[in-house]
Amino acid sequence: MPDTKRELISQLQKNILQWEGYKSPPAGTRELVGLGPVEAAFPNGVFPLGTVHELVCSNTEQATACGGFVTGLLSVLMQNGGACLWIGLSGNLFPSALKAFGVEPDRVIFITLSKDKDVLWAMEEALKCAGLAAVIGELREMDFKQSRRLQLAVEQSQVTGFVLRNQSNKMSSTACAARWQIKPLPGESVDGLPGLGFPRWQVELLRVRNGQPGNWIVEWSDGKFKPIEKQAFQQQKLLVG
Amino acid sequence: MQKRFMAIWFRHLTTDWLTLRRPELKDMPFVFAAPERNRIIITAANPLAEAQGVYRGMAAADAKAITTNLQVLDHLPGKEAKLLRQLGLWCVRYTPTVSVDLPDGLILDISGCTHLWGDERGYLKEIINKLRTSGYDARAAIADTIGTAWAIARYGKTTPIIESGMQAQAILNLPPVALRLEPLVLEKLQKLGFNTVKSFMLIHRSTLRRRFGEGFLLRLAQALGLEDEIIKPLIPPVPYTERLPCMESVRTAKAIEIAIQKLLEGLCARLQAEGKGVRKATLKCYRIDGKMVQTGISTNRGSHSPSHLFKLFELQVSKIEPALGIELFLLEAPKVEDVDTTQEKLWAGNPGLQDTALAELLDRIATKVGPERIRRYLPAERYWPERSIKPAASLSETPATKWRTDRPRPLRLLRRPERVEVMALLPDYPPKVFTYKGRRHMVEKADGPERIEREWWRDKGEHRDYYAVEDADGGRYWLFRLGHYDAAPEWYLHGFFA
Repeated sequence: MPDTKRELISQLQKNILQWEGYKSPPAGTRELVGLGPVEAAFPNGVFPLGTVHELVCSNTEQATACGGFVTGLLSVLMQNGGACLWIGLSGNLFPSALKAFGVEPDRVIFITLSKDKDVLWAMEEALKCAGLAAVIGELREMDFKQSRRLQLAVEQSQVTGFVLRNQSNKMSSTACAARWQIKPLPGESVDGLPGLGFPRWQVELLRVRNGQPGNWIVEWSDGKFKPIEKQAFQQQKLLVG
Repeated sequence: MQKRFMAIWFRHLTTDWLTLRRPELKDMPFVFAAPERNRIIITAANPLAEAQGVYRGMAAADAKAITTNLQVLDHLPGKEAKLLRQLGLWCVRYTPTVSVDLPDGLILDISGCTHLWGDERGYLKEIINKLRTSGYDARAAIADTIGTAWAIARYGKTTPIIESGMQAQAILNLPPVALRLEPLVLEKLQKLGFNTVKSFMLIHRSTLRRRFGEGFLLRLAQALGLEDEIIKPLIPPVPYTERLPCMESVRTAKAIEIAIQKLLEGLCARLQAEGKGVRKATLKCYRIDGKMVQTGISTNRGSHSPSHLFKLFELQVSKIEPALGIELFLLEAPKVEDVDTTQEKLWAGNPGLQDTALAELLDRIATKVGPERIRRYLPAERYWPERSIKPAASLSETPATKWRTDRPRPLRLLRRPERVEVMALLPDYPPKVFTYKGRRHMVEKADGPERIEREWWRDKGEHRDYYAVEDADGGRYWLFRLGHYDAAPEWYLHGFFA
């Protein structure tokens, strides 16, 4: 009996998703961006493209980690020759480093602005442009209305947007599909050699629309994301500590 | 109607031009010279230099030897053509058919134009006087054929106006060089003792052809009017402008928008027909209080789409101050470029940077916030981190070299490195502790050093030894020590790794 109940519930959930406008992915679509267990947290188990993602960070270290994580995602989104726009306030992004995350730096157009308002305007205009692979905006504050404008723009063009909220004080609710927090973690040295290992982050999904929030550990190595199991990480910590 | 031609000869075209540009050269002998077969040969000399015996084709060293204070300037290639084109376009006011005759003349087809200035003499005087007062030493002649007019303008000694049908008499006493012959033929004629046109004009054609070739006969026939000569007229460029006078003065934003739309439709129709696109456009609004306000747009790629250009102007409408009202709109496109129409493709891949929609998007953003805020970077072949990238000039520019990935580079690079307090265990060891913005970071892991030398040919200073370090919380930083490790080394934080 419980089995049929579970089936019923999962069927109902699928129906609700469909009614809410989530198209079920074509059969066999799994792991669009190679994030493994992280992707399973999203509705239908697929990383949602064509929406706006929000990444919150509280200091420069976290903002850089967010940048790295997003660039890793970009490498997948820009695979078939697309271009992307990086709209920011600081303008301290170093293009040469993007190559290490699998993105051709000359296909990224950087726009440096001085006000949140301008960033949001430029981002909204850019998200309407269907030819782009992705648009990244770095800003401080964004309220619900502004996030909804971005979401509306995206629904027409199916471009993926990332909003990096740097050092924002308020955590107001937004219309974004997901809210992430990326924190840098100490890397694991390769084969016990001295020096820095691969970039490793604690990826936290604070809020997902119709999905399961959670937190994972992800490493960027060999040009792709590599999810690390928590137990392994704990053991390693114990060994080191 | 009998055709009439006028030939104008500028005796000192380039030197006259430079004298106009730099009046201090007026009382100074100067020449233009260019290297030719390892010698510096004079290409043009001004009247003062010529008076001292300097002529075109002379070696500059010889010229310097015979004169006292000769200025030798670099020859400007292509300058004659440019000047003649400008002068030719100026001459369009006298006749619609003007042609450039390189290297130093103009040919005007003046058939049916001269009576407007009285007669041919008045016409010629008018042009020559105007040219001379503006500083160009010009000579001109009028005849039935281009050949004769050319010859008389340069070698004629009596009257500059040759009556209709009198070409043969006019050129009889001129040297053969007046027939625009090739140097080889001229040399042959000189060797055979033909010093005037008269001496060979009556020789049988077949004999002349055998000796001097078909080209020689053609030139002779052209001068006499037996053969037609075709000239290529200059076509003055029509500026890309549109005017819109208003019956009643316009004051509202909506009305200005409608005016812009109308102007753009007219301009874009012409641009589309010619396959051109606007790169820069200005809108001038003439107000009834006599003032003029203007606003401009520019695009990344030539565009002739009225809707796109209107979107760009729409952002500017609020900056137009109509005051009491605008009575005339003038839309100018000072910069246009060829637009290659691309064929639409089935199964086209992602157009990436070549996407028209992307170019239009960037135009809109540039119009609002300024084009200097939009950047795309290409790799530069340099190690110094700040100079290892260079901004791309256009959307279509591709990197000449590959992006380097062999050395670690931080995702965020500070514009200016910031000082940090550092404690290192041993000289040349990575730091153990550093303090940045009042926070202590215990370094757990480190890589380095990577020494990057300064570009000594550009700036002075010490080299940098870069270390990539990771603190206990997992933050990854790019630190460097300026110069060698000595008593008080300076440490800086230059970037953050992801």
